Amino acid sequence: MSLTRASTDELLQLLDSREVSAVEVATAFLDEIEARDEQIGAFLTVDRDGALTAARTADERRAAGESAGLLGGIPVAVKDLVCTRGLRTTCASRMLENFVPPYDAHVVRRLRDEGAVLLGKVNLDEFAMGSSTETSAFRRTVNPWNSEHSPGGSSGGSAAAIAAGLAPLSIGSDTGGSIRQPASFCGVVGLKPTYGRVSRYGLVAFASSLDQLGPLSRDVSGSARLLQVIAGHDPQDATCLNVPVPDWTGQLEQPLEGLKIGVVAEQFADGLDDEVAAAVRAAVEVYRGLGATVEEIELPHARHSVATYYLIAPCEASSNLARYDGVHYGHRAEQFDDMVDMYAASRGEAFGSEVKRRIMLGTWALSSGYYEAYYLKALKVRRLIRQDFDDAFRRVDLIAGPVTPTTAFRTGELTGDPLAMYLADIYTSIANLAGIPGISIPAGISQAGLPIGLQLLAPSLEEDRLLRAARMYERETNWHTRWPASL
Amino acid sequence: MDHQLIVGLEVHVQLLTQSKLFSGCINRFNPDEPNSQTDPVTLGLPGTLPVLNRRAVDLSIRTGLALNCEIAPFTRWDRKQYYYPDLPKAYQISQYDLPIAADGWLEFVADEETGERRRVRLIRAHLEEDAGKNLHDDSGRGGESRVDLNRCGTPLLEIVTQPDLRSAADSRKFLEELRLLLSYLEVSDCNMQEGSLRCDANVNLKVTTDDGHEVATPIAEIKNLNSFRGVEAAIEYEEQRQLEEWQRTGLKMGDVGGEKETRGWDADRGITFSQRGKEEAADYRYFPDPDLPPLTVSAEWLEEVRATLCEPPADRRERLQAAWALSAYDASVIIDRGRRLADYFEEVARLCGDGKQAANWVTQEVLRIMNDRGIEIGDFPISAPVLGTLLERIVSDAITVRSARTVFADLLEQAEGSQPVTVDDVDRVIDAKGLRKVEDTGQLEAAADAVLARNAKIADDVRGGKTNAVGPLIGQVMKEVRGADARAVRELLLKKING
Repeated sequence: MSLTRASTDELLQLLDSREVSAVEVATAFLDEIEARDEQIGAFLTVDRDGALTAARTADERRAAGESAGLLGGIPVAVKDLVCTRGLRTTCASRMLENFVPPYDAHVVRRLRDEGAVLLGKVNLDEFAMGSSTETSAFRRTVNPWNSEHSPGGSSGGSAAAIAAGLAPLSIGSDTGGSIRQPASFCGVVGLKPTYGRVSRYGLVAFASSLDQLGPLSRDVSGSARLLQVIAGHDPQDATCLNVPVPDWTGQLEQPLEGLKIGVVAEQFADGLDDEVAAAVRAAVEVYRGLGATVEEIELPHARHSVATYYLIAPCEASSNLARYDGVHYGHRAEQFDDMVDMYAASRGEAFGSEVKRRIMLGTWALSSGYYEAYYLKALKVRRLIRQDFDDAFRRVDLIAGPVTPTTAFRTGELTGDPLAMYLADIYTSIANLAGIPGISIPAGISQAGLPIGLQLLAPSLEEDRLLRAARMYERETNWHTRWPASL
Repeated sequence: MDHQLIVGLEVHVQLLTQSKLFSGCINRFNPDEPNSQTDPVTLGLPGTLPVLNRRAVDLSIRTGLALNCEIAPFTRWDRKQYYYPDLPKAYQISQYDLPIAADGWLEFVADEETGERRRVRLIRAHLEEDAGKNLHDDSGRGGESRVDLNRCGTPLLEIVTQPDLRSAADSRKFLEELRLLLSYLEVSDCNMQEGSLRCDANVNLKVTTDDGHEVATPIAEIKNLNSFRGVEAAIEYEEQRQLEEWQRTGLKMGDVGGEKETRGWDADRGITFSQRGKEEAADYRYFPDPDLPPLTVSAEWLEEVRATLCEPPADRRERLQAAWALSAYDASVIIDRGRRLADYFEEVARLCGDGKQAANWVTQEVLRIMNDRGIEIGDFPISAPVLGTLLERIVSDAITVRSARTVFADLLEQAEGSQPVTVDDVDRVIDAKGLRKVEDTGQLEAAADAVLARNAKIADDVRGGKTNAVGPLIGQVMKEVRGADARAVRELLLKKING
C-alpha cells in the first residue's frame, strides 16, 4: 500500500512497528506534494527541511525506546492562517505575503510537542473570508475530485490536501463552516469543535467569537486523534475553556446506545439539491438501522442564521483586520501623501475585494447610529438561535442534516454573486453562532462524481458523542475509503 | 458682566503592576531602550490574544473604594477603534458603558489656614490599556517619525470628575490631593514627568451678562498637562482666553462653531493652542471585545481589596494634628512626603511619647538628610525604633537634646561604615560618650563647691550683678562631671553664689 493513501492509524501502526520510518513517511508525502501539488494548488509553503528534521526526531525517539508522542512522525498540513514560528504565515493575503511570525500558535506548539511533522502551510480564502478558496491572493486550489470545481473554503487547501493524498491530517479553521463545507466538498472528515475547546492563540483572527480551529482527516479516527492533541485549556486565550479533555480516541469504537437523532424538516425544503437530500436521508436511515430513533425537530430562528452571521462576522472582522495598516508590519504602500493616505493606500493595495467588502460592511454596521439596529440586534438573534439548540437538545442527542445545499460548485460559478455564496453557509453557520460542535463526514458521491457530506451537530462539549456517532456511520459505509478517479 | 470658571478633570493614572494589562510583558518606564518591553501581544501581532491581568483590577478597585465609588459587580471590555501609529491593534481595549468604578468623590483642602475642605464629585474611573508613544523629528528637517511601544499596554485608570472645580488653584490642589491619595494607596508612582500621572482639563465659563442672563462658553479640552504648575497655568490662561473670545465673538456652547474643542498646552510660551478641528468628532465604533469574557467582581473579591485600603492622607493629616498636637504645617510636611514617612513619624512618636519632639526630628533632621542624599525613608539608615528610642531618652530626661544630636550623628556615621544601627546602639553610644544626665546631686554639689572655691573673684562679680560671668564656671563643672545638664549646673551655681 502506498504510504500517501494510508490513514493516520495505519501510518502509526507502520511507524510504531518500525516497518517504516518517519523520514520515509515524510519523504513520501513531500515527494507527492512536489509531483502533484502544482495541479492541486493546496500548499502555499512547503517546509521540506523542517518536516524532515521533525521526522528524524520522531525516528530517534522511537529508536531510543521513548514515546514519539500521539502523532509521532505523522505529517500534518496547517492552514496558512495559523502562526508558525520562523515559517511564513500569509493568510493568503498580499498584506502578509512576507510575514514570518516570531512565535508558534498554541495548536502548533501542541503538534510539535506530540511529534507531528509539519509539512507546510495550505491555501485558504484571504483571511478565511470566502467559501471557495478563490479569494486567495496567491493561487487557485482545485477540487481533487474534479479540477473544474471548487474545493470549498475557506479551509480549501486543508481539505484538498487530504482528498489528494498530500497529507493524512490537516488543521483548518471554521468561522461559519470553513472546515465542514470544504470537507464535504472534498469527501473528507472535518470537525469544528465547541467554541473554546481549542485555543485560538496564534490563529489569525477573522471573527473572534465564531472562529474555532479543528481537524480534517481521511477518517473519523484521524480527526479524533488530531483533536485529542490540539484541544485543552490554554491560559493565553481567555475564551478557551478550562475543562477536562476526554479520551476521544480510546472511546471511539464504542457505539452509542439508544441514540436519538433530530432532523430539521426545514433543512430539506427549498434550495437543497435532490441528490444531497437523498444522501442525507439515506444516512439517517443507516442510524435507524443501528437502533437510533429519529425525531423531527424545529430550529425556529435558524432561517435568520445567515443574516445574523453576516453582521456579526464582518463587524468583528472590521475590527480584527484594522491592525493591518502598514505601520508595524505587513504591506506598506510606496507612494502616499500623508499618514492617513499611507493607511488608505497600504490597505487599498493589499486587501482583496472580498476582504474589503466585509471590512466595509462591519465598519458601517458598528458606526454610531447603526450599532443598535444591526450589531446589537444580531447578538439578540444569536441568543435566540442558541436557545433553539438548547430546546432541541433536550429532545434529541444529535442533529443530522446536510452540510451544504449542493455539492461543490464550479470555480467561478458564484464569485460574481457574493450573496449566493453567503447563503450557502445556511446549514453550517448556525453551529458557530451557537458555539456547538459539528462534524462533516463523507456520505455519498453524486452522479457527477462529487462527494456529499453529512453534518452532525451535538451540544456544547459533546465532541465525544459526535465522534462516536460519526464512527458508527463510518463503520457501516465505505464513502471515506473512496479516492478521486484521477488518482 | 460677571463670570465663573468651570473645570472638570480627566486624570490618567498608570498602575504599578509587574506586567501589562493584557499580557505577561514587563511594565516599566524605560524611554532609553525603545521597543525593548514588548512581546507579540503588545506588538499586536496577528493571532495574539489579550488575557486580563487581575492585579490591575485589584488596584483599580482599591482606587475606586478610596475614591468613595461604587464598584461595578459586572463589567466588560470594549474596543475603542481608531488608527494611530502608537496603537498597533488599531483599537484600545477600554471600558465604555460599564466602568469598574463610578459615582465617587474626593475632598481637598481649599484653605490651609482654616482647613476648609471642598468636595469634587467623580463620574467614573475606568480601566484601559495605554498606547505607545510617537516620536517625531523636531528639527523641522522632515526626518522620520518613530514609534516606541514600551508604554503600550500599560494599565491605565482614567478618573473623570464632574465639572465641580471653580478655579485654577483649586484644580491644582485637587490634583495634588488625588496624587497624594494614589501614592498612599500604592497604586501608582504618580510621576507626572514620566507620564504615569497625566491630566486633561475641560474648561469653560459661565458668564452672567449685564442683563442677568447666564450663558456658557464653548468647552475646551486641554490635553496632556504634565505638571501641577502646568495644570494651574493652562487653566488660568484658558479662563482669560475664553473671556476675551466671548467678549469678541459672543459665541456660546451649542452655537454653530461653539462645539467642544481640543487644545494643547505650550508650557514654554504659556499658551494653549487649537489641536483638533471642532468638526472632526470621532466615531470610535465601540463594541464589546469578543476576546475577553466579561468580568464579575464578587463580594469576596471586593472585601479582599477593601482590606488593603489605608487611611486617606486627608484624614491622617487631621488625625496627626489632633493626636500628636502638631501644627497644620508640620502635619502637612509629614503627610505630603508620603505614606512611609507618615508611618515612620507615627512609630517614632509612639515610642517616645512626644509628637512635637518626633515632628521636630522628622521634619528637620530626617528630611534634611533624605533631601541631601536624595533618598526615601525606606533607605534612611536610622530606623523608626532607633530614633524613637533615642527621642525617648530626651523625653525621659536621660539625655539632653544636644546630646541626642551627638548620638544621632554618631549613629549615622556608624551606618556609613555599613554597620547596621540597632536599638541597642542608642544606649551604648550614650554611655560610651558619657552623655547620660548625672542625677547624683552630691557629685554635682561637690564639683560646684570646688569650682567656686577656685574662682572667688568670678563669684563676687556674679553676686555684684554680672550674671553672665557664671558661664565659664558652668564649663568647669561640666568638665568635671560629664553628662551634666548645663541648665541644671547654672541654676545650682547661681543658687550657691546668691545664697
